[in-house]
Amino acid sequence: MTDVEDKMRTGRLARGLLVGLAAAMVLPAAAAQLDFGYLSLSRDDRYHEDRLYVRNLAQGEGEPEAGLAVALKESKFNARAVGVELGMAKARAADGKGLVAELERLAASGTRYFLIDAPGAVVAEVAGAVKGRDLLLFNVSAHDDALRQAQCQANLLHTAPSHAMQADALAQYLVSRKWRSVLMLQGPLPEDALIAKAFERSAKRFGIKIEDKRDFILSNDPRERDKGNVGLLTANEDYDVVFVADSDGEFARSVPYRTVRARPVVGAEGLAALGWHWSWERNGAPQLNSRFEKAAKHRMGEAGWSAWMAAKTVVEAMQRTGGADFAKIRAYLLGPDITIDGFKGHRLSYRPWNHQLRQPMLLATHNAVIERAPIQGFMHQSNTLDTLGFDERESQCQF
Amino acid sequence: MKAIRTPVAVLAMLLAGSVCAKGTGYLFVSSEKDHAVTVLDGKDHKVVKVIETGERPRHLQFSPGRDILYVVASDSGRIDLIDVAKLEVVRSIDVGEDPEAFDVAPDGKHFYISMEEDAAISVVDSTTGEQVAEIEVGEEPEGVKVSPDGKTVYATSEVASMVHVIDVGTNEIRANVTVGNRPRRFAITPDGGEVWVTNELAGQVSILDGKSNAVKGTVPFKPKGFRDEDVTPVGIVMTRDGKTAYVTLGRANHVAVVDVASRKIEDYILVGKRAWGATLSRDEKTLYVVNGLSDDLSIVDTAKRRVSKSIPVGRVPYGVVVDD
Repeated sequence: MTDVEDKMRTGRLARGLLVGLAAAMVLPAAAAQLDFGYLSLSRDDRYHEDRLYVRNLAQGEGEPEAGLAVALKESKFNARAVGVELGMAKARAADGKGLVAELERLAASGTRYFLIDAPGAVVAEVAGAVKGRDLLLFNVSAHDDALRQAQCQANLLHTAPSHAMQADALAQYLVSRKWRSVLMLQGPLPEDALIAKAFERSAKRFGIKIEDKRDFILSNDPRERDKGNVGLLTANEDYDVVFVADSDGEFARSVPYRTVRARPVVGAEGLAALGWHWSWERNGAPQLNSRFEKAAKHRMGEAGWSAWMAAKTVVEAMQRTGGADFAKIRAYLLGPDITIDGFKGHRLSYRPWNHQLRQPMLLATHNAVIERAPIQGFMHQSNTLDTLGFDERESQCQF
Repeated sequence: MKAIRTPVAVLAMLLAGSVCAKGTGYLFVSSEKDHAVTVLDGKDHKVVKVIETGERPRHLQFSPGRDILYVVASDSGRIDLIDVAKLEVVRSIDVGEDPEAFDVAPDGKHFYISMEEDAAISVVDSTTGEQVAEIEVGEEPEGVKVSPDGKTVYATSEVASMVHVIDVGTNEIRANVTVGNRPRRFAITPDGGEVWVTNELAGQVSILDGKSNAVKGTVPFKPKGFRDEDVTPVGIVMTRDGKTAYVTLGRANHVAVVDVASRKIEDYILVGKRAWGATLSRDEKTLYVVNGLSDDLSIVDTAKRRVSKSIPVGRVPYGVVVDD
């Protein structure tokens, strides 16, 4: 049930581009090979055309795979400087089992670095199958807190932010605005429950009061109108903001302006905490957005950034360790000395306790970044980025 | 693609016209969002004139004869030439998409321009406006600096964390040197022996040996009370004797004063928000710093090491030069 969609070596591409400047470069005699494998599902509902059509705020604008190609293209000089040739292969499969087979196939030909773009359950399945192996698997799109907590494993790294990080960023923002009273609307999907749970944790952490929690459904059934009608769902209580836990997003998009009270909407709509948004304009973001957009034909979203970031992480470690030695790269990459440039202004690195990438969250509307978290004033004894998500003390991860 | 907008004859006249321009004392500030260069009187700091330029003017500097001010208009893909005596744009040279910074060869004949979008350094003949060469470099090139002997061009790639060392004779890369993260701009000691480059994300300066191109030192900045991520050094100027360097620290809102020989940080001077561009007056008694997020210009007394005055300028000021 697997199909290899595409296999290409950027090395070949690079050679083509090199023709014009062969004289300018000194290519090492025998370049070491460093390959990335990109794993994704043949069909992933998160990228269903109906969802992309609505452009749900929290979901980005398409598949993130161009992030890998963009990262490799912009790393040509870095690779050449240390005598490494970068390559990539993409593989799709119908399910986790199929992806494990694809991973094994690529690993057999020497690939050690894998990006996986799949929902949490699939990530857990694939990661579980390669536990303890000498490879690195980067989760680029699953937000599930469990992957960073109970299900964590040493060779599974997360460039995608966790639900906890997103919720903490939003909570910091609400506190900074003194909007401490929240009405929560929760959808019927399993991931909606995870998002709601993460926000409840953040609310407790930052002193936000959840006045009431109400379940919504997507339905026009008059018998269920108390669950399908935004007016009814937002009546009878006072609150500063409405938080919508909606991983699908179709309901959330009709919440703003339909609330009984004139209150802002946050979470899946209105204002979302995201790892990336195309409207971020500082720290070189416009150039990155432009490169991604040219390659992907759609704007860069959170997962696109996470895919790009995963490859950039390896490249940074490669450049600083001076080659393609896996053990050295892994040690440097997960160590305290690395400085990763995520184009968000902070120096990024991985949390040693759960291998989650420390990173700021962008609090974005549909067309503007309103604030970047961690927000000024939220302090931490060692790294302010650790005010977002599971800090060492809260970590249940055991490698 | 490369077009000269003013007839060559007129140009030649203009270029020949004011060889011994005496300093007007004017300050010139480029403002990214105003599409203009603001001219301020050097003494009372009143606005003398606002010169309209191409879109998003960024880096600016004088021709070797100081009669012409070159301004990169990034979003218009050109370099505007401002006649310093007339205070108007007298010519524009199209250079291609998204130029950011540049340097001029000591003989004034060539521009070396960082092309942010194309990942290249473009070499353009300053007389004809024609591109002479294009050198592929790492993504997002920014700082460009010609060595004092005119034989080498240094260029940063923000994305590759590299300094590209380019041979002026052949227009080929002689070396690619890995430095700290997000390298931005340069200052070079008068003898060319040390090349200082600011690393914005790493919060430090890397020092390259001008001969061997090896990184021979770093100067990390840690002003008190600032989070690491806010210490983002970008601009750098050195005194003519090569003894003191002033480094603007971006979000940390300070300028670091560094003793070049010992690499010791002597002081941090509070300026405006997101300090980037900086320049010294001829007598080096005054340092001018533009602050991109407070839309103002800090005038620093270098003896007292404090701001003597702060003046509002245009929206998102990028660079400043002084014609004294």
